[in-house]
Amino acid sequence: MDYTTLRHFADSWGLLAMTVFFIGAVLFALRPGGKQAAERAAQIPLKED
Amino acid sequence: MKYGNEIVLLALAAFAALLGAAFAQDSQFGAHMWVLFFALAGGATVLLRTGNYAPAAAAPADSSPYMDGPIRYGVIATVFWGVTGFLVGVVVAAQLAFPDLNIEPWLNFGRLRPLHTSAVVFAFGGNALIATSFYVVQRTSRARLFGGNLAWYVFWGYQLFIVMAATGYLLGITQSREYAEPEWYVDIFLTIVWVAYLAVFLGTILNRKEPHIYVANWFYLAFIITIAMLHVVNNLAVPASFLGSKSYSLFSGVQDALTQWWYGHNAVGFFLTAGFLGMMYYFVPKQVERPVYSYRLSIIHFWSLIFLYIWAGPHHLHYTALPDWAQTLGMVFSIMLWMPSWGGMINGLMTLSGAWDKIRTDPIVRMMVLAIAFYGMSTFEGPMMSIKAVNSLSHYTEWTIGHVHSGALGWNGMITFGAIYFLVPRLWGRERLYSLRLVTWHFWLATLGIVVYAAVMWVAGISQGLMWREYDEQGFLVYSFAESVAAMAPYYVVRTIGGLMYLAGALVMAWNVYMTIRGHQRQEEPMPTSAPALQPAQ
Repeated sequence: MDYTTLRHFADSWGLLAMTVFFIGAVLFALRPGGKQAAERAAQIPLKED
Repeated sequence: MKYGNEIVLLALAAFAALLGAAFAQDSQFGAHMWVLFFALAGGATVLLRTGNYAPAAAAPADSSPYMDGPIRYGVIATVFWGVTGFLVGVVVAAQLAFPDLNIEPWLNFGRLRPLHTSAVVFAFGGNALIATSFYVVQRTSRARLFGGNLAWYVFWGYQLFIVMAATGYLLGITQSREYAEPEWYVDIFLTIVWVAYLAVFLGTILNRKEPHIYVANWFYLAFIITIAMLHVVNNLAVPASFLGSKSYSLFSGVQDALTQWWYGHNAVGFFLTAGFLGMMYYFVPKQVERPVYSYRLSIIHFWSLIFLYIWAGPHHLHYTALPDWAQTLGMVFSIMLWMPSWGGMINGLMTLSGAWDKIRTDPIVRMMVLAIAFYGMSTFEGPMMSIKAVNSLSHYTEWTIGHVHSGALGWNGMITFGAIYFLVPRLWGRERLYSLRLVTWHFWLATLGIVVYAAVMWVAGISQGLMWREYDEQGFLVYSFAESVAAMAPYYVVRTIGGLMYLAGALVMAWNVYMTIRGHQRQEEPMPTSAPALQPAQ
């Protein structure tokens, strides 16, 4: 594997994979029903001590 | 016997250091190994003298749900290294203003400056991150620290790294990589300590009783893993000899420069941002007694920060031999960072919504709010400075120094002070701090110090940048370089005063923390409360 191969992989499939993962993570956070789960999670530090 | 294995290992390591001193290839390595020998032998002696020689079973088991010993030590270390680092900062600032203060060879600016940066970033900031991460991960996972005494190894190993790094700089041992000056053998040792840190943190998360991993732990974990990766890649080097202090980087030329700044900028992004955001997402809700404004925004904040920051490093190499596309890439990703940074700032500030009066009544909240405000300001300034046209004016000038300090003193410093004031009464079981009025003093001393420092550095940096690019009508430079240096003298003096104020604030904190730990409470007027005192009807 040389520089050119690596470079082409990085700016095609690598870029696509990271973009898809990022968009997926954002959509998952905003999914319907995510609000209740998020509100429960936000209470974790306040539950004790 | 308590600490039996530890004493034997320390003694063996001290003997190895002695051998290193005896067979050293260069005198600096020899001196450094003597430092290591005394540190390790001193540690072994202390353990021998405090050791309990009763059979191991007789020692009472610690029954508390959380392991707070290393956190208490970590908080004290944070205060100690903070004061030390700020003091060295004032000294190097004074050396720039008054060059006669450069004392050859150990205490000149070239050796003290990395001592200052490492002391504040890695000793003060690093101890704050390790201590708070151990505190937060236990409370939000409802689990004891994983690995038993491994947490103690992380604490003491990290202090040894700090001592070896600091004494190495004074001896003139450096690999000349910004924020990564320690040589190969200190780097290898830090890698081992860091892997132990990861094991303790991740093990605690895996043992958690809370089903969800709270977002602060995501930030801490990203900080630990990314710093491990950055540290290893940036320090890939071949030692010139196994008992010598010199090594050569595996990379050469512009690849080396880019590796250095890929590391350097992500040290800012993951050490000074992600880790401290972990602090923000735990300690601000705790002190305000409200959940974070939007938990879902904090998740998006996390993923955007992680995905964008890692590409921003090339903006440190504008107009160099680095390919143009890489410079533009660094600039574009830096500008995109505006969005997660401001999203995070809004999330932190809006956590106070409905409780804004606490800014007036609670000086610890006030400190945290100022920290978040400085997070917003410095993450606005940074992307702006990464734009090539702005960078052509700002790069290599004092403006950069001002920017770094508004982030470090304003954001990292203030959020750490807030966390320390939150932690100390709880860790030592005190009802309250020794004095809230002293927190107010600390707040104003530090705030005025930062404002003086940053404002002076803006004026200095822009003057410097304009002087360097001033041409006359025939195309000659108007100012010689020495003239631009001479023009800095008054700014350097005022900058030193700003630093002194910040140091004075930290000394007030050290006194307050000391008196709180000793169990004293200062008799003082209470802070004004939000409800005005009711007057009886006439």
